[in-house]
Amino acid sequence: MPKLVTASQFADPDAAYLALVEARRNLSEAQAAALDARLVLILANHIGELDVLREAIALAKQGR
Amino acid sequence: MSALAPAAGRKSVYHYEYRRARDQDAGAVARHPLVVVGAGPVGLAAAIDLALRQVPVVLIDDADRIGEGSRGICWSKRTLEILDRLGVGERLVAHGVTWKLGKVFCGDELLFSFDLLPEEGHKMPAFINLQQFYLEKALVDRALEMENLDLRWKNRVVGLDRRNDGARLTIETPDGRYRIDADWLIAADGARSTIRSLLGLDFSGISFEDKFLIADVHMAADFPTERRFWFAPTFHSGQSALMHRQPDNVWRIDLQLGPEADAIAEQEPQRVRARLDKILAPHAYELEWVSIYTFNCRRLDRFVHDRVIFVGDAAHQVSPFGARGANSGIQDAENLAWKLAARLKGEAGDALITSYELERIQAADENIRHSTRSTDFLAPHSGAERRLRDAVLALAPKAEFARRMVNSGRLSLPAVYDSPLSTPDAAPFAGTAKLGAPLPDAPLTREDGSATHLLANLSGGFEVIYVKDDAGEDGGRLHVPDHVALTVIGDDYLDETGLFAQRFDATPGATYLVRPDQHLCARWRRFDPAAVARAYERALQR
Repeated sequence: MPKLVTASQFADPDAAYLALVEARRNLSEAQAAALDARLVLILANHIGELDVLREAIALAKQGR
Repeated sequence: MSALAPAAGRKSVYHYEYRRARDQDAGAVARHPLVVVGAGPVGLAAAIDLALRQVPVVLIDDADRIGEGSRGICWSKRTLEILDRLGVGERLVAHGVTWKLGKVFCGDELLFSFDLLPEEGHKMPAFINLQQFYLEKALVDRALEMENLDLRWKNRVVGLDRRNDGARLTIETPDGRYRIDADWLIAADGARSTIRSLLGLDFSGISFEDKFLIADVHMAADFPTERRFWFAPTFHSGQSALMHRQPDNVWRIDLQLGPEADAIAEQEPQRVRARLDKILAPHAYELEWVSIYTFNCRRLDRFVHDRVIFVGDAAHQVSPFGARGANSGIQDAENLAWKLAARLKGEAGDALITSYELERIQAADENIRHSTRSTDFLAPHSGAERRLRDAVLALAPKAEFARRMVNSGRLSLPAVYDSPLSTPDAAPFAGTAKLGAPLPDAPLTREDGSATHLLANLSGGFEVIYVKDDAGEDGGRLHVPDHVALTVIGDDYLDETGLFAQRFDATPGATYLVRPDQHLCARWRRFDPAAVARAYERALQR
């Protein structure tokens, strides 16, 4: 049974996207990649479930 | 209502005659209660609305024709409801291409589609597409029917002196210059507003570097009547594309070219055709219009400068991906018209004019916010932002949350004003009607059994809508303030479908106070004449 939620959970998805865009505004790609790595670790810990994390990794790897 | 004449040939331009105005021969400077500068959609809507409200209007424009070109094409439901009140809505809908479906593709794969009006019982459609010159022609025809609307072509403002009680304009014409005094001036003179320059006012906001090619082509094709948007289609690699149908077999194609594009070279017909052939082949087509745009999302800090009031593009600008430009301008005009009419007639003070600015700055900020987010998504500012955007697109086919973040333009909906003109609800109401928002339309039945709609039957002034209560104590006379119309659902009109009751959460005795611009400003579960009178005073800021 998949446990990863892929249904939209934000009331305002545009605002959530904007928060992520603004976090990287004026960063180089390397700086943004470093930011993303830290974000991944923070959010992975927040989720706190290895099964979910593995499902998320699998989904991300399917992305083109 | 007569149908709009089809375009004669490829250049659809209507010419008008300059006529010498009586003011030009007057000994003294003539004084007018209201001058509107700019006879585009917004200035025309404002002028017609005020003239309908018995305000004599002088409307001046520096041109003597309505031009062709790739300007506004998408007219939203709320705009059409306003234009219907002004007397041209049915004509425009009959002529326009009605649509409500949008489709968003990534590459050549459909990501999702959206329906902009999924419910029945509205007189006006979600959107029509119609070339702006046709809309302007309909409004000019309407304006020319009105005796108290004086439309002066080839009148160009070259000077403006602000005064405590109005403004003195210097106007250049083919016969030379003359001056007029205006108690109030509406500046509807567009993105490059002369009035704004003469007052030395600047915008705050941001500009986007990406250039976009906008081409209108004439082509017999049976592509579907829907808004189609592509991210990185194979026919236009790496960039976005938008395609929209207009009347007369004209199609709008909008191609993102990126920040480095050469605006001159990209307009060369051969170059444009090379791009379009990839999309349109094997269809034969003719180029009607080509231009290159960059976009701004910005506004004036204030829209009201004493007696000079800015509306439309003169006050605020957005990118075109949400149909928020001309539509919001027409909504500015409607918000201002009844307030200025009340002010001019002495029924309200300057506080009501201030509420125009307060409400329409809320709307402008909402439009700018949506437009900025859309443009950020379409045209990322850097490689780092592009990677995030591309990640959303890559996940979109697989994950609903990512599809919800894909932003090809969030299409214009009317603002819900958080306004001092609204009386806060004392009792809870469900339904889709919202305080500070335009009334949702609903189908109604007349006493004779014929079908009609709620919005088409509003008076144009303040109005109380009361839901008949056969059992209750309200059955006697309903006292509403002077100048307030009264409509009784259950007497004047029947709600046979129950959609009015559903959308307004209407129970027997429910009472709604509607502004002249069809916005809801108060509601109660029972009719209370004192409460209605207080809410009316509040809505006029008295």
